[in-house]
Amino acid sequence: MASWGEASQSRLIGKRIARLSGKDKVTGKAKYTYDINRPGMLYARILRSEVAHANVLDIDLSRAEELPGVKAVLPIIEVGKKLRYQGQEIAAVAAETDDIAKDALRLIFVDLELLPFVVTEEDALAEGAPQIRNDWAGNKSNPGKNEQGEVDAAFNEAAVTVEATYHTPVQTHVCLETHGHVVEWTDDQNLTVWASTQAVFGVRNDFANRFQLPANQVRVITEHMGGGFGSKFGPGVEGHTAAQLSKITGKPIKLMLTRKAEHLVAGNRPSMTQHVKAGASSDGRLIAYDMQGYGTGGISSGAGFQAPYVYHVENRRTERFNVVTNAGNQRAMRAPGHPQGAFAMDSLMDELAEKLGMNPLEFRRINDSSEVRQAQYTLGAQEIGWHRRNTVPGSGTAVKKRGIGVGSGQWGGGGGRGTQARVTINADGTVEAVTGTQDIGTGIRTAIAIIVAEEFGLRTTDIAVKIGDSAPGLPSGGSGGSQTTASVAPVIKTAAEAAKQKLFEHVAPLLQAPVDDLRVGNGTIYVASDRTKTVTWHQATGLLGMESISESGNWDPELRQGGVAGTQFAEVEVDTETGNVQILKIVAVQDCGLAINRLTTESQINGGVIMGLGQTLLEERIMDPQTGRMLNANLEDYKVPGTFEIPEIKSIVFDTHRKVTGVGEPPCIPTLGAIANAVYNAIGVRIRELPITPDKVLTALAEKKA
Amino acid sequence: MDKFSYVNATSLKQVTSLLSDSGWGEVMLIAGGTDLLSELKEYIETPKTLVNLKTLPDMDGISSDASGIKIGALTTVADIAMHPSIQQHYTVLAQAAASVATPQIRNVGTIGGNLCQRPRCWYYRDETVNCIKKGGDLCYAVDGLSKYHAIFGGDPVYIVHPSDIAPALIALNASMIITGPEGEKTMKVEEFFTLPSDNPFRENVLQPNEIVVEIQIPNPKPNTKSFYLKAREKGAPDFALASVAGVFEMAGRTCQSANIVLGGVAPKPWRSTEAETAVTGKMVNKAVSMKAGEEAVQKAQPLNDNEYKVTLTQNLISRAAMMAVS
Repeated sequence: MASWGEASQSRLIGKRIARLSGKDKVTGKAKYTYDINRPGMLYARILRSEVAHANVLDIDLSRAEELPGVKAVLPIIEVGKKLRYQGQEIAAVAAETDDIAKDALRLIFVDLELLPFVVTEEDALAEGAPQIRNDWAGNKSNPGKNEQGEVDAAFNEAAVTVEATYHTPVQTHVCLETHGHVVEWTDDQNLTVWASTQAVFGVRNDFANRFQLPANQVRVITEHMGGGFGSKFGPGVEGHTAAQLSKITGKPIKLMLTRKAEHLVAGNRPSMTQHVKAGASSDGRLIAYDMQGYGTGGISSGAGFQAPYVYHVENRRTERFNVVTNAGNQRAMRAPGHPQGAFAMDSLMDELAEKLGMNPLEFRRINDSSEVRQAQYTLGAQEIGWHRRNTVPGSGTAVKKRGIGVGSGQWGGGGGRGTQARVTINADGTVEAVTGTQDIGTGIRTAIAIIVAEEFGLRTTDIAVKIGDSAPGLPSGGSGGSQTTASVAPVIKTAAEAAKQKLFEHVAPLLQAPVDDLRVGNGTIYVASDRTKTVTWHQATGLLGMESISESGNWDPELRQGGVAGTQFAEVEVDTETGNVQILKIVAVQDCGLAINRLTTESQINGGVIMGLGQTLLEERIMDPQTGRMLNANLEDYKVPGTFEIPEIKSIVFDTHRKVTGVGEPPCIPTLGAIANAVYNAIGVRIRELPITPDKVLTALAEKKA
Repeated sequence: MDKFSYVNATSLKQVTSLLSDSGWGEVMLIAGGTDLLSELKEYIETPKTLVNLKTLPDMDGISSDASGIKIGALTTVADIAMHPSIQQHYTVLAQAAASVATPQIRNVGTIGGNLCQRPRCWYYRDETVNCIKKGGDLCYAVDGLSKYHAIFGGDPVYIVHPSDIAPALIALNASMIITGPEGEKTMKVEEFFTLPSDNPFRENVLQPNEIVVEIQIPNPKPNTKSFYLKAREKGAPDFALASVAGVFEMAGRTCQSANIVLGGVAPKPWRSTEAETAVTGKMVNKAVSMKAGEEAVQKAQPLNDNEYKVTLTQNLISRAAMMAVS
């Protein structure tokens, strides 16, 4: 049976190993799509709707076309169609410089008939609101309903009940590198695309379909990319537009989104509103749950969330629907549906525990069937010093009050089939590992090097890892669902094993030993039963002469496993005079199976925690009901965490087995509930609406006083 | 941004003559450019000519004499924040400067630019919104989203003045030298700023053909304590939700005189004479400091979303007063 071997036998796997691309990234040598410049390249920009809802009566491109330096102007929306949200594409321009392209956009004349709009859930659900979709009466989708157990009877039995409304606003992805492409037709049948994407082969196939090309005549390259978080699986309108402009002009085109467009149209995490009632028995069992909820994914649907979440409740009734608004589409965002659900559920759990007069951690233990999380509760509570929390929330007279809270999460991350890889050993001793996956920042490039180097007894820097390119014709899936490592690692491992076996076959006659008696050492191959018999790696590969070894792998499901549990504890300090919440410490205990690279696994946990705390304390897409516009489509008023917000993060890689599991998403989930509960523990006032900003804290404290 | 011509300034005389016939917006001055460039990029301003002030001699630097200190208008915010003598004797100013934006911005942004910067209001900064400040009929904050807007002096425009340095200078009783075609004039920094009811389009009395050249701050009285307290949503970079520049002349625990100026709550730095009166001549204790906060916000007129600023301002003033005796 395939296995990753014992931890004690691993030289590299499970150790802390620096990212192979780290030096290139911090010195600026790494080239992102944004940095790609091609000979004769033109710059493209897109004219976008500045209004939330309008009929397009006329578009006049002539003045833009006449501007010197403009090479092409392309209408995107047709006259007679509707613009349905701010940011929607109207037309595009390609020009010799980016400045000319920007000037040309301002010369495009668009005649619009403005229509009534709704940009907030509240306005969309109001009596007499303008209808945005013909098939959704009252701007609501048909509700999805689910009922299990005997809900009403369970409420009758409950010793305590809590009724509350929880809300999380729309959050945008804020990829540091905005969406975009550099597109070049090498001839009319061959297309090369540098894409900031998390799915090299997905983008390749999309372009091939779109332009009716054989898939093997589209090459997509993503050597480095600056963040996707679920929003970069396809070329989008901007990618297709770039390719069309390139075709029209016969020149390479660079088209990257502006920061404003990134906020408006490149996806977002939908909002969530839950009206929930829950009941618990006097011995602390969660027995009844009834939830009505909704969210908006903007003009599209897909505003789902997890409810109930993590904790088991037998008798439950849920009803949820989508609200359509005149705003940009939602897209998958790091653990779609989970952080919202976790915030509501973990807040609710604490509210119930308080009514029961029970320690919230004990209440969780009673209702959590995950053995892993039971162990994590113990470890995390120790690390944060759970006993120091306020037994009476909000007690004390200090201006700055401290509190401690806990939250939980779960995820899959078991990977899947669909990756092809090749590991090659050359006669000069060099090694290549090639596959069509992409490193979206999680460190898969380094993980591949670690696996191959471990197998061959080499250093990670000895392995040339070639990923982020469709040209070798070795497909791999998109990086989503925390699936990359669990999808790719087994294939690389089995390819490396096969290549090693082939090399052993060459070496066996020289060492006069059977193949199965050979082992790799530190840059050597030796005979296990007689360690005096040894050759160096280079002597061994020299035997290949004019040949090389090149082996593919297979996705062996024994090497990976899905399903992770996580829990986090937060300690916060709330300034009751300014409403400022300072996070002092987060303890993140993350179940992850075998961490190929402990260092980048910890980095992923750190990153998840930071994203989670941004959602809890700062981030919110602010839509203006008056103008229909996003008021903070920038990084001044759309606030993401900075150095002052980021606390000590104790990332605990909680090994539960030696099979590979992804952890890209799960660490951003438990953070919300942990912080929200810590804030309550500090000040004794519950804030049920994110983000927890000073205005909400001060308002809540004032209401408590009154 | 639109195209413009770029002129390196050689003398103040040249600068004022370039400015003299243009009216607002045709010829604009650029020093650090940290505010102006974003206005150009968003097409809020579309000047034909930019005059680069950084090439002017002798407008950059901090000097002191018997009467106090002088700060050239081109002195960077970072130089002010890190100046040892300012940190020691004009603490409120050093703290205010240090709270501005980020190190990168402080290293290029100047004190002159900081005082003349335009509001951050999200309606004003949106090219497509034709608000009162841009010649329209509405202040969109009144019926719109007003979390960051004014609670004092708003009518008819509810912007807040974004400067951290201005409240500190006013609390320090600073003056400024302004040069125009007719020569130099000196005025109190406090008198430099105006309310929308006087002029909804500008935030100060500077004429289109004038330029701020120097800030002068008198010596602080002995036994003066000063602080700048700034509340914000994010550690940095972020503008103030509310801030307090407090300068307290103390005799033991008794406050002889106090200058208390608020930032982030009004279209201009907002002097709170109510808070000053509440502490002056008093032994400062919890009750007195609370009273100062309460008095200061009596006349606050919050909008839909910024009621919290009333509490916040009140608390910050009380905190500042208590710091004078701690």
